[in-house]
Amino acid sequence: MTTSDSIRMEKLCYSVGGRTILEDFDFHLERGVNRTILGVSGAGKTTILKLLLGLLEPDSGSVYIGDLCITGLPESRFMNQRKRIAIVFQGGALFDSMTVGENVGYRLFEEGCLSQNEISTIVSEKLSFVGVEAALDLYPAELSGGMKKRVAIARALAADPDYIFFDEPTTGLDPIGVYNICNLMLRLQAEGKTTLMVTHDLVTAFATSQRFTFLHQANMLFEGTEEEMKASSTPEVREFLQPTDRSLFI
Amino acid sequence: MNPAVFDKILLTFFHELQNYFLLAGRAVMRAFHRPFYYREFAVQFDKLGFSSLFICILTGLFSGMVMALQSLIQLKPFAATSYVGGMVAVTMIKELGPVLASLMVAGRVGSAITAELGTMVVTEQVDAMRVEGTDIIKRLVVPRLKAMLLALPLLTVVTDAISILGGYIMSAGYSINPIMYISGLPQFMVFQDLIEGIVKPAVFGAIIAITGCYVGLNTKGGAEGVGAAAKQAVVLSSVMILISDFFIAKIFVVFRG
Repeated sequence: MTTSDSIRMEKLCYSVGGRTILEDFDFHLERGVNRTILGVSGAGKTTILKLLLGLLEPDSGSVYIGDLCITGLPESRFMNQRKRIAIVFQGGALFDSMTVGENVGYRLFEEGCLSQNEISTIVSEKLSFVGVEAALDLYPAELSGGMKKRVAIARALAADPDYIFFDEPTTGLDPIGVYNICNLMLRLQAEGKTTLMVTHDLVTAFATSQRFTFLHQANMLFEGTEEEMKASSTPEVREFLQPTDRSLFI
Repeated sequence: MNPAVFDKILLTFFHELQNYFLLAGRAVMRAFHRPFYYREFAVQFDKLGFSSLFICILTGLFSGMVMALQSLIQLKPFAATSYVGGMVAVTMIKELGPVLASLMVAGRVGSAITAELGTMVVTEQVDAMRVEGTDIIKRLVVPRLKAMLLALPLLTVVTDAISILGGYIMSAGYSINPIMYISGLPQFMVFQDLIEGIVKPAVFGAIIAITGCYVGLNTKGGAEGVGAAAKQAVVLSSVMILISDFFIAKIFVVFRG
């Protein structure tokens, strides 16, 4: 595995309003290894995704997409590298003023390389993949939470990225919605996409990822497989996993 | 006040000022580069400009009427009511038309721009656009800036024209000869005043657009943050309009000699 097949951050520090979110944080996402970042709410999980995408500027340290260090570069300089990554935001982040079809085809319209017909074909294909092809002409306000997330996945897929980031993809969904999203993630992985998910939902995490990172108070407390995590003796990790151990309930 | 606190306030102020002018500079530079987002420009021109027409007509009509009324009362003892048309025209075209129309539009449009962009920020739509490869200044700021640069001078011309009509209606009510009112319109004005009456709203339009976008794109928090940002944008752009009005007027006075 070469560095051009990975996204990583080295010795990264990030703080907001005097509060340290990440401190000397190292993280490595290799192509083909699906990973989940776990941690309680406010641990800085979403911040990691935004730093990896260059949406936030760290206080110190570096972020690499492939071989390119994007820290300190203007967005226009790493736009091509970032096109290898797509993200599904927590609330979907669909553009309110556009229909579902326009949302999914947004990047393709922006790039202007394809004809209207070609874009329409890709949009239909992606919507069909996530199972919401009937919503083509609806606006985001007319969709349910689960549909919004599926449309957001379709939008992420439109530009055929190598990596897809998921920010709390199952939060607020009913069990069937969670099952559908997990299935979609597994299908994407089968198609060769590498997924990075941040969540505190252990069921989804263990169903879709091979490696896990646990964040606690600006530091990485654990990195490893599901088995290693369950066997971890770190008190914070044990405490995080405890609610899944039904024998602990009285 | 503790010097450290004062230092911090000053530092924050200059930092914000620098970022404000940085956004304005970038928007101006990118206004000349592709893609031009014509559709977005048309949508914004309609939303920000055309839909403010009614409020500008109302503002112009009543401010013209009140200007004529006050002038008539003041001029009558001197038997100088023939100057009322000229007074209304010069006051409205040079000063009140641009300022009143801009303040009205700042209240209506400035808050709308900020609320729209602020909502996009807090719902991560702006981040999503950036990830999709969009230059948000070109996509979100430039069309609004262009729309306001074009719309506000046009709205001001309408406001000026309606205010002169309002003055005419009021003067007719006070038995002023219509011919006298109309022929008196240009008597206090020179061509430079018309230029001033167009330059001012163009500058104010840019202030409203840039302030709305700047505050909107820096919105933090949820719905409460959006509300606070909208309020801040209106206050900030109104104050900036009044301050810049003085300096533009001063510049024109200097050039007039």
